[in-house]
Amino acid sequence: MAAGCLRPVPLRLLRRPSPSPNMILTKAQYDEIAQCLVSVPPTRQSLRKLKQTFPSQSQATLLSIFSQEYQKHIKRTHAKHHTSEAIETYYQRYLNGVGRNGSAPVLLELANEVDYAPSLMARIILERFLQEHEETPPATWLAFGNEIQCTWLRSQIIKFPSSKSVINSMLRDPSQIPDGVLANQVYQCIVNDCCYGPLVDCIKHAIGHEHEVLLRDLLLEKNLSFLDEDQLRAKGYDKTPDFILQVPVAVEGHIIHWIESKASFGDECSHHAYLHDQFWSYWNRFGPGLVIYWYGFIQELDCNRERGILLKACFPTDIVTLCHSIA
Amino acid sequence: MAAVLESLLREEVSVAAAVRWIARSAQSSEDDPGEAAALRSLRPLRKEFVPFLLNFLREQSSRVLPQGPPTPAKAPGSSAALPGRPGGPSRGGRGARSQLFPPAEPSSAAAAEAPPARRGGRRRGPGPGRERGGRGPGGLEEGVGGESPPWAAGRRRRSSGSPGSPGRARSDPPNLSNLEEFPPVGSLPPGPAGTKPSRRINPTPVSEERSLSKPKTCFTSPPISCVPSSQPSVPDTSPWGHGLPPGCRSLQEEREMLRKERSKHLQQSPTPACPTSESGSPLPSRTGNLTAEAADPARVSSRQRLELIALIYSSCIAENLVPNLFLELFFILQLLTARRMVAAKDSDLEPTPGAPDSLESPLFQSVHDCVFFAVQVLEHQFDKGTLKLLAENERLLCFSPALQGRLKAAYEGSVAKVSLAMPPSAQAVSFQPETDNRANFSSDRAFHTFKKQRDVFFEVLREWEDRHEEPGWDFEKGLGSRIRAMMGQLSAACSHSHFVRLFQKQLLQMCQSPGGTGGTVLGEAPDVLNMLGADKLGRLRRLQERLVAPQSSGGPCPPPTFPGCQGFFRDFILSASSFQFNQHLMDSLSLKIRELNSLALPQPEPSDEDGESDVDWQGERRQFAVVLLSLRLLAKFLGFVAFLPYRGPEPPPTRELQDSILALRSQVPPALDVRALLQQGLRARRAVLTVPWLVEFLSLADHIVPLLDYYRSIFVVLLHLHRSLVLSKESEGEMCFLNKLLLLAVLGWLFQIPTVPEDLFFLEEGQLDAFEVDTVPSEHGLDGMPVVDQHLLYTCCPYIGELRKLLASWVSGSSGRSGGFVRKITPTTTTTGLGAQPPHTTQGLQAQLAQAFFHNQPPSLRRTVEFVAERIGSNCVKHIKATLVADLVHQAESLLREQLVMQGQDGGDPAQLLEILCSQLCPHGAQALTRGREFCQKKSPGAVRALLPEETPAAVLSSAENIAVGLATEKACAWLSANITALIRREVKAAVSRTLRAQGPEPAARGERRGCSRACEHHAPLPSHLISEIKDVLSLAVGPRDPEEGISLDHLEQLLGQLGQTLQCRQFLCPPAEQHLAKCSVDLASLLVADQIPVLGPPAPRGLERGQARRLLHLLLSLWKDGFQVPVPLQLLLSPRNVGLLADTRPREWDLLLFLLRELVEKGLMGRPEIEACLGSLRDAQWPKDFSEELATLFNLFLAEPPMPEPQLRACELVQTNRGTVLAQS
Repeated sequence: MAAGCLRPVPLRLLRRPSPSPNMILTKAQYDEIAQCLVSVPPTRQSLRKLKQTFPSQSQATLLSIFSQEYQKHIKRTHAKHHTSEAIETYYQRYLNGVGRNGSAPVLLELANEVDYAPSLMARIILERFLQEHEETPPATWLAFGNEIQCTWLRSQIIKFPSSKSVINSMLRDPSQIPDGVLANQVYQCIVNDCCYGPLVDCIKHAIGHEHEVLLRDLLLEKNLSFLDEDQLRAKGYDKTPDFILQVPVAVEGHIIHWIESKASFGDECSHHAYLHDQFWSYWNRFGPGLVIYWYGFIQELDCNRERGILLKACFPTDIVTLCHSIA
Repeated sequence: MAAVLESLLREEVSVAAAVRWIARSAQSSEDDPGEAAALRSLRPLRKEFVPFLLNFLREQSSRVLPQGPPTPAKAPGSSAALPGRPGGPSRGGRGARSQLFPPAEPSSAAAAEAPPARRGGRRRGPGPGRERGGRGPGGLEEGVGGESPPWAAGRRRRSSGSPGSPGRARSDPPNLSNLEEFPPVGSLPPGPAGTKPSRRINPTPVSEERSLSKPKTCFTSPPISCVPSSQPSVPDTSPWGHGLPPGCRSLQEEREMLRKERSKHLQQSPTPACPTSESGSPLPSRTGNLTAEAADPARVSSRQRLELIALIYSSCIAENLVPNLFLELFFILQLLTARRMVAAKDSDLEPTPGAPDSLESPLFQSVHDCVFFAVQVLEHQFDKGTLKLLAENERLLCFSPALQGRLKAAYEGSVAKVSLAMPPSAQAVSFQPETDNRANFSSDRAFHTFKKQRDVFFEVLREWEDRHEEPGWDFEKGLGSRIRAMMGQLSAACSHSHFVRLFQKQLLQMCQSPGGTGGTVLGEAPDVLNMLGADKLGRLRRLQERLVAPQSSGGPCPPPTFPGCQGFFRDFILSASSFQFNQHLMDSLSLKIRELNSLALPQPEPSDEDGESDVDWQGERRQFAVVLLSLRLLAKFLGFVAFLPYRGPEPPPTRELQDSILALRSQVPPALDVRALLQQGLRARRAVLTVPWLVEFLSLADHIVPLLDYYRSIFVVLLHLHRSLVLSKESEGEMCFLNKLLLLAVLGWLFQIPTVPEDLFFLEEGQLDAFEVDTVPSEHGLDGMPVVDQHLLYTCCPYIGELRKLLASWVSGSSGRSGGFVRKITPTTTTTGLGAQPPHTTQGLQAQLAQAFFHNQPPSLRRTVEFVAERIGSNCVKHIKATLVADLVHQAESLLREQLVMQGQDGGDPAQLLEILCSQLCPHGAQALTRGREFCQKKSPGAVRALLPEETPAAVLSSAENIAVGLATEKACAWLSANITALIRREVKAAVSRTLRAQGPEPAARGERRGCSRACEHHAPLPSHLISEIKDVLSLAVGPRDPEEGISLDHLEQLLGQLGQTLQCRQFLCPPAEQHLAKCSVDLASLLVADQIPVLGPPAPRGLERGQARRLLHLLLSLWKDGFQVPVPLQLLLSPRNVGLLADTRPREWDLLLFLLRELVEKGLMGRPEIEACLGSLRDAQWPKDFSEELATLFNLFLAEPPMPEPQLRACELVQTNRGTVLAQS
């Protein structure tokens, strides 16, 4: 999924999907790019540099790759940032930092320094902050309680100050954080993070949705009848691809029963996860199908064509439909 | 027994009489009294004659075919009857066995004489026989090396000690691929006992009570190249383990060994052998000896004797007195293609002088004798599929030009074609909401569990596909635990039934097709041969066979196997080892078998016009084939599961044990009442459908089963049936030839299965008669219809192909190199797998698309479409006849009249007239196709529409209609283009007296499809793009940022403009995105109000001018008012955090905030009280003192000002002065 950041997906790329050779990378090409992404913080500035390094690649593809590589990196290192010692250290550093200058980007810099996603760092600190105030409850910060518009949240905060839902809600709207300085710090982390955080999540979700809509349009344009996820779910299907073709077609000589849209770059890691959780499940129920990785994929992954999983980086042009006059 | 043969040879008894004598107990009146007398005396021996004859021939040929595939079928009683060895009629026969392969070493004799001979076989420890329950590929391994199960071996050994016949030392070079000489590793130390080349028929006098089951080696004689399939599983127990040449230790064999190891681990002793074909590893073959000796009719010795024996032998074959027709044919062909005689010791081979015609001297003294004999037999019997190859055998020409001529004629006349069309490749079982959705499960949990199971099942299947051919991969190790974990989750009975349904459907989908059994059963060789003729074919064929030919299927009589994908399902059942699963599976299989078995296969109404019925007929034959193959598959698995708990490596060791098992087992009701089904089938004349699957079922029975009364009675019925299927008899109402051949083949095969007692076949006829089947000849039974075609025959009985291969290998001249068989290389690509084959041609693609289309639809849709297509196609032909042909007939009538007028009353020669008319009219037949198409197009859609449910989606309906049109058209046009001329001709011929109406069809209108067109062209920017852009602005504003970073005013305006467009278009907008956009826009407004946005300007990044800011705020206000459809969190504008932004600004700009608040009220976006509440709560927060003061001022201002448009300016001024003072102070 693309972490849409500074210059998100160029419009024409979305609107007129065309097979761009750049979008399908060989494993070697991919590795070369991935190599450059090691330990690059997920900020505006790094993305800008990245684009300069690989001017020939589609920006959206680059962003997607970056985001995925970064997520892999975070998954690998996640644990070490969540030891109680680490949390304590970060919290103290945060407190010291804002104590010196509350308007300095303390949290963001801390995150960059320890090589962790700013939004996730913000979450750690926020959790820690709430825990602290949980023990000495409302009194200290009930004063802020009034600022919180949502009565539900207010009651939740009072009851379970550091519950997950409360924290998520605060991250979505830092105004709810009962500490002005922390609220600003968290907000800063969130808007500066290109790979994590509620805004990025929303962007990813939106991109996914847009491509589904786009795909739907293309299917309609081609007069291909389909059932979408919602219809399928209503019928009681247990696993549902984005679209099931009511009448299968052939793409590049392969029969296609369903189409799944993935608004991301298909790298090994995500592709294997998708295969296991989704694509094979679809195959198990509906037969062979097509996956469109709108932001490209690693060429070598397109190895299950004969088995019934076809990969494309765009809407296929070579579609053979069931002819209506045989004989 | 030999006495009978002797008397035949001495011509005391005629062959015909002898055969009658053998076949029937009663003497026929035709019999010569003398003959009758001669035979009467031999009466007790009658039953043993055939086994004797078979064994006699096998033994006689052993020196001719030492290197070819071991001679098949050695029947009991062989050399016992040799003169000079009066072994006594009945028991002596057994004793004679060892004579043929006399103990070569003293140790052998010792072994044979070991007192506990019965147990002798067990000392070996876990030999192959044990692991596989004696059903290894070929049982061959069992036979070899004295490996046959305990008491069979015991009996044999007991007697074998006695004769102590002079060992005829083998003089031919060691033949590594000969199992007799080099038994599989571990089967037994290469000892003496390993002399039994193949299963012998071991008749037991019926007077003896039912004997213990006599497991036996398979009668078969798999070609040597197949031997490795019986690779022993205990490596290294013998020095031979590593002594084998490298070729023997191919990966294939290792794999095979691993498999067996695994099955041993599993304790699934009876795991039927894996496909023998897999194991046809190349064995380096006999040294030299490649060239065949030229056979010369002139050099045939004792011609008369050979003729006689050939005659009686072929009579036995013709009367179905031999257990397996094809085995005998195979034997004959082996003789025919014998390469050369083994150079035996002269002394052994020297015919006894003076007694040339006695049995004393070897029957086959040379290749010439063999060929002569074979040709003699062939003159009486020949089979169809191999006609061409036979015809091309130059030896045949040489020995019997007449036979060759007949073969050629038969070949040319034969229309039997082997179609290689493959059914569509397998897919996964599709999800059908009617059976698979939540409503079909007891709980959400069960539903979701099954969801996961489906995925695990296919995951396992895929992994199996990928890896099962890898060396060292093991099903149980690789997948066992996963399967069991999955099965463990199936708790509720309903889940089991769901899973079983999935399992069974997938089984049918994957294994039904011949391809699914691991390769085409029949290579393309015959077709290529047809095209090219045999002359220069050697090399080509060899090459071709290397590339495409299937591997040998394990000789003419392979044991039951689970080839290809079937192996997966078998192993799955074994690994799952779930009682519940097995029970559900049996239930489900039984149900399906009953259902298919009783399926009213459409029967072609006997049509007097040979025309149209053809149209329907092919489809029905195809349907029959599908049903038959499905039944066989299901029955095989039913047999596998049903007998699984009983299958042991060996039959019970003692009589007492066996009796108690029998007593127990006879209480157990059969999994499926197959006897009733068989009887029904016979009564309804549907044996051709019922018997083949029943044979599959029985082939997987355990050793005890044939001894149980219930099953024994079934075997007796089958024996009776077998005896009655005399191929040469073709009377009215009889079974069709190929139907018979199929039954003979499968029954013959069944009788050779190791678990079927070998004496079963040679039951006393009294017993047979007791089970007379009351066949009520019904007119329209399937048996009387040509439902079986050549292709189906070969599909069901791939081993028949062995005959062909034997001949083919002769033609290619390569037999010597690989034990009589062309060495095969397995094609590396699997033809059927989970994935679809990429279709290569457009037509193929379309066909696949049509298949794929049905895949996810309810099965009824397909049935409907096929039904409609079938009927419309058929109707179309009738329609054409009623219209076009009728028109032409009409024309013909008028033409005829003209002709008659012109030429006067006599008109001329009627035949000539007909020719003239036809030449004029037949070209019009071409219209039939066009008209047929029109008809199908017109009629099919309506029919489909009428038959499909109302709620069928339009696209599905239209595709179904179109497929129906296509299929109907195809069917009709195929028939029409082939037959229209003949039809016209026929009709015209009968024209004069006919009057027919005519009507023309109308062109059908095609349904049209709609497209999507909306007013909006959806060119608005995408929401994700906007969120992303706004996020960037926010991050720039919040910082940190580089000194040169900033945003241009234009960009901001453009951004808001785009936001407006997006909110209008909404095509790509989803609620979460809109919510985030709303929130971001509020954040943006707050930053504008606080003048926190760094604008790129000529000098340097700076704040916005107030006018610009207001313009932007105006844009935002109108978006909030009109653009957003989700609630905009405007109260956030007055959140402490956003207002707090102002605190950092120097100088503070309050006027924009005031402006914004007023506009909010103005536009009705926020109510005054709401704003007041927000401002009120702001006061509670902790602020710097000066900020609090300013905030209070703002609050007062807002409260004081009436909501009027103009005064706000003044208010702003006020604030501005305030700002001015702040400035001044700082």
